[in-house]
Amino acid sequence: MIEVIREDLCTSCNRCVEVCPTLVFDEGGKTPLIARPDACQTCYLCELYCPTGAIHVGHDQFARQSPAPDHSLHASLIAADHGWAAPLDAGQLDDYRLLGPLLNEGVEIAARRQIKG
Amino acid sequence: MGEPIRLACDVLVIGGGMAAAWAAIAAAEAGAHVAMVDKGYCGTSGVTATGGPNHWWVPEDPALRAQAIARQSSKAQGLADEAWMEQILALTFRHLPTLAPWYPFGSDGAGGIYHSGVRGPEYMRALRSFALARGVTILDHHPALELLADREARVSGARGHALRHDAPWDIRAGATILATGGCAFRSGLIGSALNTGDGYLMGAEAGAELSGMEFSIAFSLSPAWASTRTLPFTAARFFDEAGHEIDVPSPRAGHAHHQALGRAMLAGPVYADLSEAPAALPPILHRIQPLTTASFARAGIDPFRQRFPVRLFGEGTIRGTGGLRILDQECRTSVAGLFAAGDAATRELVAGAASGGGAVNSAWALSSGRIAGEAAAREARPIRPDSALTGLGRAGLHPTAEARALDQRGLAASIESHMHHYDRALFRRRASLSASLDTLGCHWDFIAAHGQATGAAALPLRELAAMAATARWCTAAALARDETRGVHVRIDAPDLAPSRGHRLIVGGLDTVRLRPDVLLEDAA
Repeated sequence: MIEVIREDLCTSCNRCVEVCPTLVFDEGGKTPLIARPDACQTCYLCELYCPTGAIHVGHDQFARQSPAPDHSLHASLIAADHGWAAPLDAGQLDDYRLLGPLLNEGVEIAARRQIKG
Repeated sequence: MGEPIRLACDVLVIGGGMAAAWAAIAAAEAGAHVAMVDKGYCGTSGVTATGGPNHWWVPEDPALRAQAIARQSSKAQGLADEAWMEQILALTFRHLPTLAPWYPFGSDGAGGIYHSGVRGPEYMRALRSFALARGVTILDHHPALELLADREARVSGARGHALRHDAPWDIRAGATILATGGCAFRSGLIGSALNTGDGYLMGAEAGAELSGMEFSIAFSLSPAWASTRTLPFTAARFFDEAGHEIDVPSPRAGHAHHQALGRAMLAGPVYADLSEAPAALPPILHRIQPLTTASFARAGIDPFRQRFPVRLFGEGTIRGTGGLRILDQECRTSVAGLFAAGDAATRELVAGAASGGGAVNSAWALSSGRIAGEAAAREARPIRPDSALTGLGRAGLHPTAEARALDQRGLAASIESHMHHYDRALFRRRASLSASLDTLGCHWDFIAAHGQATGAAALPLRELAAMAATARWCTAAALARDETRGVHVRIDAPDLAPSRGHRLIVGGLDTVRLRPDVLLEDAA
């Protein structure tokens, strides 16, 4: 669930207000307001779209965590892993074709284990 | 409250997910002036935006296509239509690559481009850019509350509420496409918060019917704290709280895999152990599904080394096949001026009794979107600005008795439990289906009799009414189909009944009506 918008990084561009599908945020003063945290579906997409890495979403979709003191470990990791801001030919999806084969390999492993067992 | 918004267009697309976007793009390419109204933000709302849809993908080789269709037909257990399959294979293969100016297609590992599987956030971002480039007017945070009809009962647009301006909107349209997605009954399934079956309700209020609603048992496995993608789980072993391994058939067993998990979860917490996952997975999971990795990292858990609690999240009609009945090859519903696409439409035509989930559903969403968009653009008639249009919405807007405050949260939780409670959903049988149908009928009656709200407050009430109606149709159809076919598994009727080899059409609001369909091949 949405945890925090960092005042030190937020530029008040209000992109999160626009892109949040469930309207968690309202335009505010210094940073957007987390007006309806209960509407958050923990999709992380506000964090992905935030241009400055100012938003942190907590892992628990059923309960809101209190802001942890240091989010620097996570800041922008999602956007970096996605290659979200990279040019379209940067190869950010070059491993994506492995999704299906890895999924099936897992199924095979489970099926073999069952035969042995 | 803001100033009312009044617009007119040729084609109105209701929804903002992949089917809606493909429909809007196709209609605009066909020359129509298109407006798309989304409940959330086209780009982040709906289950595609957080997913990673693989599309049914077969090269243009007649032998390969025939083989793929034969395989899919056998899974569909008699309820699908091969001409439709051929059509969606062709359209998907032709149109998915047209996204290249906006989507970062990756390598296929052999010097070519990998097209068939796309990552949700990038896919929906690209579809939004594509639609804008084609001149589509996108209205975000503009949920539709009801359809509008002219004097001849032809659907002629919709009415809703603009949430950020707090203003009513009214859009007159020559043709209207419902691409509102499926219904996950607020199960918490990732990306599904807005998927409450609104299009099913609006369509039914206009007189449209639904089909395939009994094929709605689907679950996905996730950490107990949040719904994620299931890639890391396929090789999982499962343990109870005391550390004893639970006997769970492999995912290949389909329903039996989920039955074993559901039974164990009813008895107590279940923990997953992913230490036997494919060796190549842990180092690259974050490059394939960054949001899944983030969920574990933030919980402080290394999923490949530590056991962690898991649960099943219900997927309702999203991975099912049911939806608004499609009458012809152009995605028309039985109501004049009204088309349906994606999960809002029945996917029985291509999935039959099998799960519509995954590749076939995505190919259907793209293709039915394009087909509906083109047909709607062709058929759109100008609506005279002074013609009298009537709102068709009932439950939640116009109560039949005195308005009362409803316990919306409690009603929604009850509806979800009648659809997704592990015992009811994974062990379907006459007695429990029948009891659920009675309770859901009472919920519907209560909402229709007493629910009333205006403005932004009408949205949650309409969503509640849509979930109640959808749950009733699913349950009534599951009760009527007294056999096991595809994903519809009845523990009191475990075999396929040859006499039930037809689709079930369901409709009606205050009274639910059911009738067998005649298969298209038989009718011809």
